[in-house]
Amino acid sequence: MNAQQTILINGREMTFEGGETILEVARRNQIDIPTLCHLKGATPTGACRICVVEVEGARTLLAACATPATAGMKVQTESPAVVEARRLILQLMLSSGNHNCAVRGSDNQEWTAFQLKVQSEDASDQLCPVWGDCRLQDLAYRYQVSGERFDATPTQYPMETVNPFIVRDFSRCIQCGRCVQACNEVQVNNAISFGYRGPHAKIIAAGDRPLKDSDCVFCGECVQACPVGALVEKDARYEVRPWQTEKVRTTCSYCGVGCQLDLHVQDNRVVKVDGADVAPNRGSLCVKGRFGYHFIGSPERLTTPLIKENGEFREASWDEALDRVADGLKKIRDNQGGDAIGVLTSARMTNEENYIAQKFARAVLKTNNVDHCARL
Amino acid sequence: MTNPIADIEKADVILITGSNTSENHPVLSSFVKRAVKFHGAKLIVVDPRRIKMTEFAQHWLRPNLGTDVAWINGLMHVILNEKLQAGDFIEARTEGFEALRERLEKYTPEFVEGITGIPSEQLIAAARLFAGAKAGSILYCMGITQHISGTDNVKSLANLAMLTGNLGRPGTGVNPLRGQNNVQGACDMGGLPNVYTGYQPVSDLAVAKKMEEAWGVTGLPTQVGLTVTKMLPKAHDGELKAMYIIGENPMVSDADLNHAEKSLKNLELLVVQDIFMTETARIADVVLPSACFAEKEGTFANTERRVQRVRKAVDPPGQCKDDWWITCQLASRMGYTMAYDNSRAIFEEIGRVTPSYAGITYDRIESEGLHWPCPTADHPGTPILHAQQFTRGKGMFHAIEWIPPAEQVDDDYPLYLTTGRVLYQYHTGTMTMKTDGLNERSPESYVEISRKDAAVHGLEDGAMATIASRRGAIQARVKVSPTAVEGTVFIPFHFAAAAANKLTNAALDPISGIPEFKVCAVKIDKAA
Repeated sequence: MNAQQTILINGREMTFEGGETILEVARRNQIDIPTLCHLKGATPTGACRICVVEVEGARTLLAACATPATAGMKVQTESPAVVEARRLILQLMLSSGNHNCAVRGSDNQEWTAFQLKVQSEDASDQLCPVWGDCRLQDLAYRYQVSGERFDATPTQYPMETVNPFIVRDFSRCIQCGRCVQACNEVQVNNAISFGYRGPHAKIIAAGDRPLKDSDCVFCGECVQACPVGALVEKDARYEVRPWQTEKVRTTCSYCGVGCQLDLHVQDNRVVKVDGADVAPNRGSLCVKGRFGYHFIGSPERLTTPLIKENGEFREASWDEALDRVADGLKKIRDNQGGDAIGVLTSARMTNEENYIAQKFARAVLKTNNVDHCARL
Repeated sequence: MTNPIADIEKADVILITGSNTSENHPVLSSFVKRAVKFHGAKLIVVDPRRIKMTEFAQHWLRPNLGTDVAWINGLMHVILNEKLQAGDFIEARTEGFEALRERLEKYTPEFVEGITGIPSEQLIAAARLFAGAKAGSILYCMGITQHISGTDNVKSLANLAMLTGNLGRPGTGVNPLRGQNNVQGACDMGGLPNVYTGYQPVSDLAVAKKMEEAWGVTGLPTQVGLTVTKMLPKAHDGELKAMYIIGENPMVSDADLNHAEKSLKNLELLVVQDIFMTETARIADVVLPSACFAEKEGTFANTERRVQRVRKAVDPPGQCKDDWWITCQLASRMGYTMAYDNSRAIFEEIGRVTPSYAGITYDRIESEGLHWPCPTADHPGTPILHAQQFTRGKGMFHAIEWIPPAEQVDDDYPLYLTTGRVLYQYHTGTMTMKTDGLNERSPESYVEISRKDAAVHGLEDGAMATIASRRGAIQARVKVSPTAVEGTVFIPFHFAAAAANKLTNAALDPISGIPEFKVCAVKIDKAA
């Protein structure tokens, strides 16, 4: 591989390494070629063709994600031909489903009819559930495209809502295949694939059965990969809007892999979880990490110190409860010695809290009787 | 783990044993699956159950429960017999090889087949594959450690890695998969009866002196304390008077629960600090409500020793407080002031007394975590352990003899029971059972049994069965499944209503103190 090879993108000379695609070289140089089907780490398919670029000497526009850079190649990423092609692709996508983000023009009766159809199918009077968090919508604005050029196609497949975690809205699917790649190439759960042919194409699980009756393990990698509103968390759908939430990066509290999460917070509640694209998980999560967050705001949480009297708990102030514990421990330590006390610290707590717990056992109780559930 | 998670995709042979990886460490299992599917790695799975990972395996060895030392010795016997060992590595990096060689002599594939039930040709094929690896990675979990021979099992895997030179390089390693978010950190922080932070021994007088100076106290105890599995019997006998239990639920997670319950009820003072009214909290004298991970600042150390940030996203409910704040309050009320402004201040103190954490700061791990040991501010962290030498210098081979599990099947209790987790629940379920969807996917306990055993015991799929051991009995729904091997049933331990740990045996590994959760003898009948 000759590291000195160069390519010309939008008139700028750029070096590339053998095997790099036009898209990779461009992105490395802060040139924004739009993509929809491209999924980092997965095999490029060139399926959506939104990343087409003009290459001098080529008979057609080429998909940047699937075309290797070659020495001396001259590429235009936003030429009139490229922009025209992207607009056409977007127009076709927008007309092929319930893309009711108001990108669609509103200057004729058709708009109202379309909205009413979508609202009835969705059982919601709001605009699209991923409004403001949709790559198709982003691109429609970027290229100033409305969905009216072609007649809207009727909804072919009904929505799937029979599992507890994921709503599959086929009417908003653009067949980009990112979910199929996320499932088969990233998580390798091999639960979903392309089914049927041509205009009837559909992403299917287990011979077109609901996800709950397939090999799906509800990791939600597909939801996170979906660039549009075809795959949405059931709990967040129409409830969580990106402009109403704040994202907080943290570490998952289930197993020891230590996946990095973004908790979406709305009104002091965690309402959605995404995997963060950093080590160790690179965006991936499992069903517990992504969907098992309800314990945080559970009404069953303890909220006040409790003291047991005559076999029943009663609420107590912190002062009273802490004094009760401190006095009890002190009495036993002073009379029987610290070794008559055991402390179980926790693999669920932070390092800082574990440090404090063992310091307390050793420095205050004067015992090394401190352990946790590593053995259990 | 000796190696980072990302290293798994650099291995060309991966051996998984005692880990139902795709259910218990799903995201990590994807690294294995990608290695096999896209990078040409070969997978060896050694597990009695037909777990999902077997579908990706080149070789699946199905040993009898509690025979791990035997098959690992058998693999090594074959490797030596065929002269496939890493001679240079053994020569340069290890000691004790001759004693191991002698011990392995009798572990012929035929002898091993007699103990483990693994056909000798399968053992030989797996040994050749692993020995031929350029980078061989060993992944294991509680299926290896939760035995009376757990320590021996781990040492045996270390023997295998050293014998084949699979340590200290990318894609290699002996890699335990930790089951709890911060079990690594709890150990690192000295939440153990024998060590302070960074595994500094409590019996080392120089260490005790250092900690006394750092903490401004005198008379730190230098005798090793009790493990959890020793504390409960002492409570039972009345020697232990009080327990302060933070974020643990031994009333579901401990072995032989009936005994555990009696022990805890015998205490003069039981204090439980938790986020929920757990089974353990219910029998406490005082319950202190704490904040959960999403409500606090701090750090966790993951299974690859990477120290990562935990950040506050929401306010805790009611009067819940950070666990550290509660403990510090108790200390101060007992006459020793422990006052910190925040978790960052605590972390800074950890760095001052812990050489392996000394170079880690909140600022350095703001966007990505660091692997300890990280002794100085400019140290990049240590993703791969043992690259140049082992902690003790040379790696020690341990010549280990197989011993049978503590409890054997007999006429009265004719089936083996093994326990574990399922994908949709977590540990004692206090967290996962608050999500309706997870309960919908995994609503209740079950006993997984082979078709043949079900027929023998007159059990139909979906019917209720009573499962009894010498220690207790529970009822669970029968799940006839091809995952089960004949002679062994499996019950998940999450469900307090049908607590598998009422059946399990509290016999301990003499070194680690880990109970033999993975093997006990049971009988099964149609529920009356």
